[in-house]
Amino acid sequence: MIRYLLSRLAQAILVLWAAFTLSFVILYALPGDPVAIMTGAGTGQSTVDPAQVEALRHQLGLDKPVPLQYWDRLVAALHGDLGQSVTNGQTVFSVIGQNLPSTLLLTSLALVVAVILGGGLAMLATYTRLSALRQVLLSLPSFGVSVPTFWIGLLLVQLFSFRVHLFPAFGNGGPVSLVLPVITLAVPCSAIIAQLLARSMDTALAEPYIETARAKGAGRVRIHLRHALRNAIGPSLTMLALIFGELITNAVVVETVFSRQGLGSVTAAAVQAENIPIVQGVVLVSATIYAVVNLVVDVIYPLIDPRIVTRRSTRVSAPAVTVSA
Amino acid sequence: MTQLTQLLEAEPAVGTAPPAEVDGWRRPARRGRVVGFLIGRPGLLLSVLYVVLVLLAVFGPAALTSRDPLAVDPPHRLAAPSWQHLFGTDQLGRDLFSRVVHGASLSLRAALIAVLLGAVVGAVIGLVSGFVGGWLDGLIMRVVDVLLAVPLLLLALAIVTVLGFGAVNVAIAVGCASIAQFVRLMRAEVLRVRVSVFVEAAAVSGARWPAVLFRHVLPNSYGPVLALVTVQFGVSILSVSSLSFLGYGTPPPAPEWGSLVAQGRDYLASAWWLTTLPGLVLAALVLSVNRIARAIDGEWAAA
Repeated sequence: MIRYLLSRLAQAILVLWAAFTLSFVILYALPGDPVAIMTGAGTGQSTVDPAQVEALRHQLGLDKPVPLQYWDRLVAALHGDLGQSVTNGQTVFSVIGQNLPSTLLLTSLALVVAVILGGGLAMLATYTRLSALRQVLLSLPSFGVSVPTFWIGLLLVQLFSFRVHLFPAFGNGGPVSLVLPVITLAVPCSAIIAQLLARSMDTALAEPYIETARAKGAGRVRIHLRHALRNAIGPSLTMLALIFGELITNAVVVETVFSRQGLGSVTAAAVQAENIPIVQGVVLVSATIYAVVNLVVDVIYPLIDPRIVTRRSTRVSAPAVTVSA
Repeated sequence: MTQLTQLLEAEPAVGTAPPAEVDGWRRPARRGRVVGFLIGRPGLLLSVLYVVLVLLAVFGPAALTSRDPLAVDPPHRLAAPSWQHLFGTDQLGRDLFSRVVHGASLSLRAALIAVLLGAVVGAVIGLVSGFVGGWLDGLIMRVVDVLLAVPLLLLALAIVTVLGFGAVNVAIAVGCASIAQFVRLMRAEVLRVRVSVFVEAAAVSGARWPAVLFRHVLPNSYGPVLALVTVQFGVSILSVSSLSFLGYGTPPPAPEWGSLVAQGRDYLASAWWLTTLPGLVLAALVLSVNRIARAIDGEWAAA
């Protein structure tokens, strides 16, 4: 068990390092001049004095060779220093620290709603004996994944803020203002969960052990919840980290739609202002969340499926669980 | 449309038979099969018809509307949908229906560039990775694993920060962000085909590796990639429109669908049609593309 956990932890650290490298390559090492982008030089609208550009370049360490820059940034990142926002000089760390909590609250609530909605839909669709109901329920997720997030948000605002004055349309004012953003975020994710779970439930229900349980006289509810669900939940759990990452990304759109302050709206503003250090910080946050959620899933997985640990710990160099997107 | 029929006629996951030989005598039967296949599935038929309509808007917008998408008409500003203005008018009195119709080519062109970029680059890398194997394959797959761990839209946001704004840059960003998925699928297919008997036979009978790669491995491994192209087309439409909605795409006067919805945001309380209708057109397109993708991926072969 310890060995299993250690190997999972090493995997998580590896993912973080790789994400750091990837974001460095995209944002700093690709051809293109970050300083020129940030100061608007080259577009002909620059009012920045060349000496200042040089100074900024020196301050960001961009006058050094690329491998050296990479090393400096990696060491700094390990000490918790991700650089400074170009627009107001605040450290990336404090910008993220200020804005992450409200976004985490939003996305976690959305995940809970998505699990209830999507999971409930999948369970009902696989439980019902009415084939018409099953058909209707199973066709709903394909709508959920096709509808643009920003459009769901705006429709909800139109209906519940302007027609019926139930919820506020904008801002971070208390729990009521969370309702519409949470629903908006939850819809696409619940569709993904429903599709995954319904498929694996169908597979699980066709297995011989279900037959055995039925022959022993277990009721339908017991068969569904205790026998099939426990075996069918694996793929959804494996996807959990990806789903959470998707939620964090969609928060960029949703926080813009609802004018909420949070990591998402900070990201949107950072892209707009070509504030590269902040964008890199957000990519790293998303990678950290991915790694942490995966780690948590790896820890609780053996509780659901005890076969996992014994199978993995015998092979130390077990390949990473490949996740289908 | 031509591309679509090709997609529909290309059998996904072709087995081991070389397709060139069969084509000659199977084509007439196949056309009848397409009709029968569509009639049995009203949802799919509707999706195909809708996609045809959108493609008509792309290639011949004049056939659908005679109004100028940029002509302002201040007296008729913010008019509700009516027979004169099917989708109503915006804050400057521009006809929204004609803006949506003319915006189709902007949105679809960007999505198409994105998919083609992702598919071609991804397929080439996947082909090399799967065919060469060894440490190169290992390295490529580690990079792909990391890329897949970062959500597509976030990756596209990071790339667009570096590239700068504009429709083409948004398309390139979304395309680059989707490369990893194509690499993984293409590699998996190549690995599957590489061990099959006919590849072994070709290698044993002395075929050089380019011949094995291009005549035997490639033609038998691109089927599922085509299915992914369709799925990814829907995803790209959504991603491109999200980026445009956030304001990174084509600058305002151009009627790109995502930015149309963004512009309507200021009139949510007074003019519901400005956000609802362009979004509906967009959502219906993605839904149709996804339905067609599902038909290509599996249903067609199983029918």
